[in-house]
Amino acid sequence: MSGSSAVSIRNISKSFGRGASAVRVLDDVSVEIGEREFFTLLGPSGCGKTTLLRLIAGFELADRGVIAIGGQDLTQTPPFRRPVNTVFQSYALFPHLTVEQNVGFALEEQGMARDKIRSRVGEALEMVRMHSFARRRPSELSGGQQQRVALARALAPRPQVLLLDEPLSALDLKLRKEMQIELKQLQAEAGITFLFVTHDQEEALTLSDRVAVMQGGHILQMGPPREIYEAPTHRFVADFIGDINLLEAEALPGDQLRIGQGVTLPMAHGKAGAVTLAIRPERARLTAPGAGTLDATLIHSAYLGTALLHKLELPGGGTFLLRQSEVAQTPLESGSRVGLALPADALRVLDQ
Amino acid sequence: MSASPTLRRLGLLTPALATIGLLVGVPLLLMFWISLLQKGGTSGVDWASVPSGANYLRLVWEEDFDGTMIVNTSYLLILLRSVLQAALTTGLCLLFGLPVALWMAGLGRTQRDIMLLLITIPFWTNLLVRNYAWLIILREDGLVAQTVNAVSPFGPVQLLYNDLAVAIGLTYSFLPFMILPLYTVFEKFDWRLLEAAHDLGATRARALRRVVLPIAGPGILAGSLLVFIPCLGAFVTPALLGGGKTLMLGNIIQMQFGASRNWPFGAALSVVLLALMLIVMTSVALLRNRRAK
Ligand SMILES: Nc1ncnc2c1ncn2[C@@H]1O[C@H](COP(=O)(O)OP(=O)(O)OP(=O)(O)O)[C@@H](O)[C@H]1O
Ligand SMILES: [Mg+2]
Repeated sequence: MSGSSAVSIRNISKSFGRGASAVRVLDDVSVEIGEREFFTLLGPSGCGKTTLLRLIAGFELADRGVIAIGGQDLTQTPPFRRPVNTVFQSYALFPHLTVEQNVGFALEEQGMARDKIRSRVGEALEMVRMHSFARRRPSELSGGQQQRVALARALAPRPQVLLLDEPLSALDLKLRKEMQIELKQLQAEAGITFLFVTHDQEEALTLSDRVAVMQGGHILQMGPPREIYEAPTHRFVADFIGDINLLEAEALPGDQLRIGQGVTLPMAHGKAGAVTLAIRPERARLTAPGAGTLDATLIHSAYLGTALLHKLELPGGGTFLLRQSEVAQTPLESGSRVGLALPADALRVLDQ
Repeated sequence: MSASPTLRRLGLLTPALATIGLLVGVPLLLMFWISLLQKGGTSGVDWASVPSGANYLRLVWEEDFDGTMIVNTSYLLILLRSVLQAALTTGLCLLFGLPVALWMAGLGRTQRDIMLLLITIPFWTNLLVRNYAWLIILREDGLVAQTVNAVSPFGPVQLLYNDLAVAIGLTYSFLPFMILPLYTVFEKFDWRLLEAAHDLGATRARALRRVVLPIAGPGILAGSLLVFIPCLGAFVTPALLGGGKTLMLGNIIQMQFGASRNWPFGAALSVVLLALMLIVMTSVALLRNRRAK
């Protein structure tokens, strides 16, 4: 038994094309996904998310590495013998079958008895609230409804792992928010491991137990949403998720950092020379200019209802975003000189 | 000045209606009229004879020497053999055409175009010439016959002048009519559905049966009709490769209009053939409508 690992991906590499034109799409990727975990692959278009999913589903074979599901090595197993199901980005519902026939497809392949299929299909459709559409054909459904049927179809055979490739990307914002909540509830109810793919960082942060941020065939950082958001280790991760301010600084011996013209802060960094610092807009504070703060000039303030978003100009030239939640204060005038206080626990030293 | 929409639509349709009426309607009516007359004269039709259904009765009954009517099954047998031969050819075309169409749909653009060209090239030569070619291929001193006979465990096999030869010739002639509609379906086919089927536990064979074939259904039907119907009326191939021994409906009809100079009986046979085709097509259409529901 391999403990609590539902999916185990070890040193997977995959290239497309042959010879000189070969393109490496996944480069030595390793991930362990736990039982009942909601795990999300997040990354920009073309970073290899779908390819990784297709490898797990068995539609592509890896050049190197091992894929195990529920402790069993399935690297060479054909897709129809893997205990995983996929919710395709395009839904891929069978157009010639009704909703209930679509959902019952896998059960029929398993040779399940008719009345048992019927009750399981009913259950699955109930789960996605589509039971009143059982007799329709996919062409008679809206995008969101098709999406639910695709979900029910993949859930009906009760796979160990459900793979979801940007299942919400075709929906409008409102429906998408609704479906996000439903997905999360469904996962908790069904008790199935979800491997979810998206390039929407907000979606990834709200839904997931853990997120892996991918770029160019590598996983840059992996961890709970909070950790990814608050403690990014790579410049790319910091930049990709939410708004962030990046500052060039110099690491000095004795756990000191020098930012700009002579502001030094105490901080354990374990580095030397030039580094990049990251700080979220809501973690910096506005104060009066003085010792231990960065000088800045206010360019513009935007009222957001629950907060104020200040755009500041730093003496070195760069701009700095600052989000202030205490809206009740007297507004500052554009052009006024302010001080920027950067709490040491809000600053991250990034790998390049 | 402003005519009603219905009238205007009729006006626009006039050329089409006139063409169809002249080229399809009139000849069909003429054919039906002739089928009711008696043979005679140098043209094969006695235009002055009294119309009757005698020619249709002749298909089944025949006057004995003493004037009593006895049942004659020979035409019915030929009809049956034609249907069977056409069905066999359709089956063979499907058997060979399906894999080819599937394979072609998976090719790259240029390769596809080349394949389409290769499939249509045989049409550049006359049907007669193509059938003579098969005559040469299959004849006793031909390479194929000699090879087959060399390895045959049943002793020498006659390849020419039998039902097999006719089936080979017909399949060869009509295979493109099966491949092309099938290819059109598979070219548009969303292959991600196949992945979805595999994902849900269907093996290759099962996915083919449960997803590919049902969706390709209309193409298979179209191809089958395109093969079956002209096959039913084929006469060149059975005449050449069947050696005149295995007659099909087309041969009998051709004989009536040719050597026998019995146009009315030929016309009656043609009407029967037409009715047969109509029955096949209507039942196929009905079946399809029922399926679609
Ligand atoms: N069958 C293939 N042949 C050649 N290249 C491919 C193939 N499939 C994917 N690629 C390439 O691999 C890279 C990663 O593709 P992949 O579909 O995994 O990206 P993705 O992260 O899912 O992107 P998106 O967010 O746009 O869906 C892309 O550059 C793509 O062009
Ligand atoms: Mg993708």
